[in-house]
Amino acid sequence: MSTSSAGCGAPVQSAPLPASVDLEKETVITGVVSSGEGDPIGGAYVRLLDATGEFTAEVVTSPEGQFRFFAAPGTWTLRALSRAGNADAEVTAGRGLNEVALSVIA
Amino acid sequence: MSRDSALVSADWAEKNLGAPGIVFVEVDEDTTAYDTGHIPGAVKLDWKSDLQDPVRRDFVNQQQFEALLSERGIGNGDQVVLYGGNNNWFAAYAYWYFKLYGHGDLKLLDGGRKKWELENRPLVMDPVSRTATSYRAQNQDQSIRAFRDEVIAAIGVKNLVDVRSPDEYAGRLLAPAHLPQEQAQRAGHIPTALSVPWSKAAKEDGTFKSDDELRQLYGEAGLDGSKSTIAYCRIGERSSHTWFVLRELLGHSDVKNYDGSWTEYGSLVGVPVALGDEPGDPPSN
Repeated sequence: MSTSSAGCGAPVQSAPLPASVDLEKETVITGVVSSGEGDPIGGAYVRLLDATGEFTAEVVTSPEGQFRFFAAPGTWTLRALSRAGNADAEVTAGRGLNEVALSVIA
Repeated sequence: MSRDSALVSADWAEKNLGAPGIVFVEVDEDTTAYDTGHIPGAVKLDWKSDLQDPVRRDFVNQQQFEALLSERGIGNGDQVVLYGGNNNWFAAYAYWYFKLYGHGDLKLLDGGRKKWELENRPLVMDPVSRTATSYRAQNQDQSIRAFRDEVIAAIGVKNLVDVRSPDEYAGRLLAPAHLPQEQAQRAGHIPTALSVPWSKAAKEDGTFKSDDELRQLYGEAGLDGSKSTIAYCRIGERSSHTWFVLRELLGHSDVKNYDGSWTEYGSLVGVPVALGDEPGDPPSN
């Protein structure tokens, strides 16, 4: 698991939330990207956009289709890009775990 | 420098796979991406273990860089085409790094790994091995690299461009939103720094916006074309991306990357720090 001070690449997306992550302080936005048929899509790009629509961060989903962001409380938009199609979702996140499902449309 | 001399398209790259004299180099922090599939013939560079000194916070030295490139089979006359994940952050960083050590013919693949993957272009797992070369590097070209003292002296004098997200700039977040937020150092930005998130220079597919759009972007943010510019972020990768835009695409003559960036500056004793969404003023003393 890369530590923040060592680099800028995203940590392994399918790893369980590390014990060091304080869910009372962190605002975690997480979920799975799947196809219309419900199959998880690994290797999809998930972008986090802030309340004004500006890009904030991007990760690649794990083989199980999982993604995870560490944001701040507020409104965010998630946008998934994959060869199978794209998906958009809005989330109002609070401290702790916020789960969002993204189902792509070709 | 200009777009034509610095950037290649995915179409061009696919047509030139295996062409003699061209070496594709994939640069990632997480090199498992390369292992699961890379551009045919591309060699792998690990941002951390290959390019960083293991003890000091600095790059590998000239001899180590020569040994690395020799071992990878990259020759001085080769056209090196860099690409990678994270919207080409690491590839842009490697471009700047190779330029620092004086490599002649360098290109960045527009859109990087993401566009290549989304467009279903060839990715293979075949191991790549090239004949070793005797690579010679130059001394570091400090005209493109900024260190701490120059950055402090630049406040109110040169353009400072903070390319992090607005929340990091204002001090609301300490790290990009895909990473746990650490509380190690102060939040905020260097006073007078303009906020131009790196992502505004790129489209959704990872390619760069047009020269006109880029000029407008930085012009509207207040970049003074007559002054020198120093770009920074958290550890100098995102700011390499912006360094690439300003110098390699738009042709500004004096642009440096401050690779110490906020992880250094935000921990320095006694330096001025600005909070909030406005650039702020130089310290009055």
